[in-house]
Amino acid sequence: MSDPMRIRAQAQGDKTTVRVLVAHEMESGQRKDAAGKTVPAWFIQSISAVHKGKTVMNAQWGTAVSKNPYMQFVFKGGVAGDKVAVSWVDNRGEKRTDEAVIA
Amino acid sequence: MERRDFLARSSGATAVALAAATGLPSAHAQTAVVNAAGWNKVAFDSKTLADAAKAMGATAAPTESKELLLRAPEIAENGNVVRIGAQSNIAGTTQIAFVVEKNPSALAASFDVPAGTDANVETNIKMAQSSNVYALAKAGDKFYYAVKEVKVTLGGCGG
Repeated sequence: MSDPMRIRAQAQGDKTTVRVLVAHEMESGQRKDAAGKTVPAWFIQSISAVHKGKTVMNAQWGTAVSKNPYMQFVFKGGVAGDKVAVSWVDNRGEKRTDEAVIA
Repeated sequence: MERRDFLARSSGATAVALAAATGLPSAHAQTAVVNAAGWNKVAFDSKTLADAAKAMGATAAPTESKELLLRAPEIAENGNVVRIGAQSNIAGTTQIAFVVEKNPSALAASFDVPAGTDANVETNIKMAQSSNVYALAKAGDKFYYAVKEVKVTLGGCGG
């Protein structure tokens, strides 16, 4: 089971800034272990955010996104107290969804 | 094989092979299949900006645009974590992607920008070595790019 994401959503004026920090190895598939064997790629491929049933961000990631990935985006609408749900799927089919309340 | 057994052993490609070998219905196999729905494998396999743009649906080579602002450091001390961001002032931007010329796979990440979301995203990427970094934006059916050279002191791939 993966660790929860850290999500901070902050409303300012008519816009909401969302910052997401995901706990994930994001193994590139380029690295070799101590025995010289290539460590297979293991990374988040798809991540999306939903606010009140509307998708406000949908991203596809490759192996070049850093370990414990970070992303930031801004959407219109969203007031304090609303929820933003972020979900990811990795190339092993593992998924996770976490929610944050807009501050 | 018991389902529980199967799940416990599943991981990446092995699971696909297992699923094929045991003839499990595809619904089961899908939980372990390598690529997430909608993940553009061709684009992520591409080696150049032009190829990535093409795989993302470009019909012509992307053009450089001053309306697209790429934020990237001049020098990255650690190639494992390079903070980059892009803001597109091009009307009707629906997608922003980041391409690193000298990475093993050029396309690092691509962000869809739904209506109501600012064409302004930020993320952390890995860089194998000093390279040109491109922001690629899609507006309508045209692609635009902005470029900046990032010098990497310590590479973030392999090693």
